[in-house]
Amino acid sequence: MGKLFAVIVFVIALLSAIPIITHSWFGSGISFALPEDISTHGHAIDDQLSDTMVEAGLSFLAAQFVLAFFVWKFSNRQANAEIKTFPGGAKGLVIAALVLVGTEMLALGILGQKAWAAVYFTPAKPDAIQVQAQAGQFAFYFRYPGADGKFGALHPDKIDEGNSNFFGLDPANDVDSRDDIVTGELAIPINREVHLMMHAKDVGHSFYVRELRIQQDFVPGLDLSVHFTATKVGKYEIVCTQLCGLGHYNMKAYLNVLSQEDFDAWMKQKASEQ
Amino acid sequence: MRTKLVFVALLAFMVSPALSFGAGTVSGKITYTGTPAKQKPIDMSKEPSCAKQHTTPVTTETVVTGANNTLANVVVYISAGAPDESSAPAQAVTFTQKGCQYIPHVLAMHTGQELKVVNADQTSHNIHPLAKINREWNKSQPPGTPPLSEKFDKEEFVPVKCNVHPWMHGYFAVLKTSHYAISSDNGTFSLPNLPPGKYTITAWQEDYGTQTQDVTISGSETKNVDFTFKAKPY
Repeated sequence: MGKLFAVIVFVIALLSAIPIITHSWFGSGISFALPEDISTHGHAIDDQLSDTMVEAGLSFLAAQFVLAFFVWKFSNRQANAEIKTFPGGAKGLVIAALVLVGTEMLALGILGQKAWAAVYFTPAKPDAIQVQAQAGQFAFYFRYPGADGKFGALHPDKIDEGNSNFFGLDPANDVDSRDDIVTGELAIPINREVHLMMHAKDVGHSFYVRELRIQQDFVPGLDLSVHFTATKVGKYEIVCTQLCGLGHYNMKAYLNVLSQEDFDAWMKQKASEQ
Repeated sequence: MRTKLVFVALLAFMVSPALSFGAGTVSGKITYTGTPAKQKPIDMSKEPSCAKQHTTPVTTETVVTGANNTLANVVVYISAGAPDESSAPAQAVTFTQKGCQYIPHVLAMHTGQELKVVNADQTSHNIHPLAKINREWNKSQPPGTPPLSEKFDKEEFVPVKCNVHPWMHGYFAVLKTSHYAISSDNGTFSLPNLPPGKYTITAWQEDYGTQTQDVTISGSETKNVDFTFKAKPY
């Protein structure tokens, strides 16, 4: 019975590794692989994810195999058999395990810092396209500075959603805000850096685009920003990944990566609608 | 059922001459001067089931204009002088959520009158009247839910929003009278069945506020009362 149990542990460990290695569930269309990366920084994130997966996967398998081995080896132990202390104590083993796990964590951290710092510890280029993103229950809105290149000031008391004034602009008194372009989708040109300045209108939200390999929280009261460059034309989903209330499941927008010409035309169209 | 119908018909027959006898009408047109704010497009791309219902671009409806500078969606009602009406009409008024818009944009009702809220969409809505004088409430309404039934007890203009779709916006005009009208697409309105007397007529526009005029009705005449609002460019 004990030996059977050891075999079951061994088989479960092996089976659970297969979908992770093959990135798909057997006989179905369910894929665990990330969608194609469309950003310039995404490959570093992907490398980091596979490094982590390999290291954690090997540790997991090793632990399960050791468990199965001990179950097999000591399965015939009598109920009244004496429990012996570990010969020489387990001090050496514990220290070795701590060093091993610690080195692994440290190595992942040091390697991963590079991928993370590329987005968070470097400023956006001066010629990056400036876009403001506002998350509110339960929609994203985006603002472009318009022809004058200047964002109008925000007045939270002027927010009037029935009038599509989601940001709280004051066009009657503030000339800068008159040509600001407010949209419900994030359109950007291909191969140009975008500096996304993010703030939350009410509670915490998150900006997540799988294809961009970017996931950044909106935190009420903080002005956060990310910068990225998209390399493939297409329409991608922006979803909120921070539980924000009743309509959270439905909080999304679209990232529309366009060619430079299409982007210019889009911008012109939106400007005429404001 | 049949006896009830007969009874209603009889009642209508008895009541209608009484109302039309010596009953005047106030009618008129709502116009604006100046340049009204440009209505902004509404981006519904996050709600495809609603977006696909609209073949033409949807815009905000804070100021709805017609030809010759006329204004629609203006509530015109008797704010003083109307005969006391203690009871609300038995018939309910209906507010429909369709294509992620409120239909109608401005809904007038009598205090205590039944309000039915219908979700005709394939998505969840959460209707939230931002009442200040009445009790504030908000109710979630997934697709397929039977109409919600509510009522308001006090006179108030209540902004209505959807907690799920930020662009959805409308108004409830809760009035102490059933003598009200909402200006049509060509800006006209009519308040019929007014017994002789002196009345104050109020016109309310959601962005431009209220205006009042006094009018005296004698006999069964039709008085013309026009309102002109000053439009704001922003």
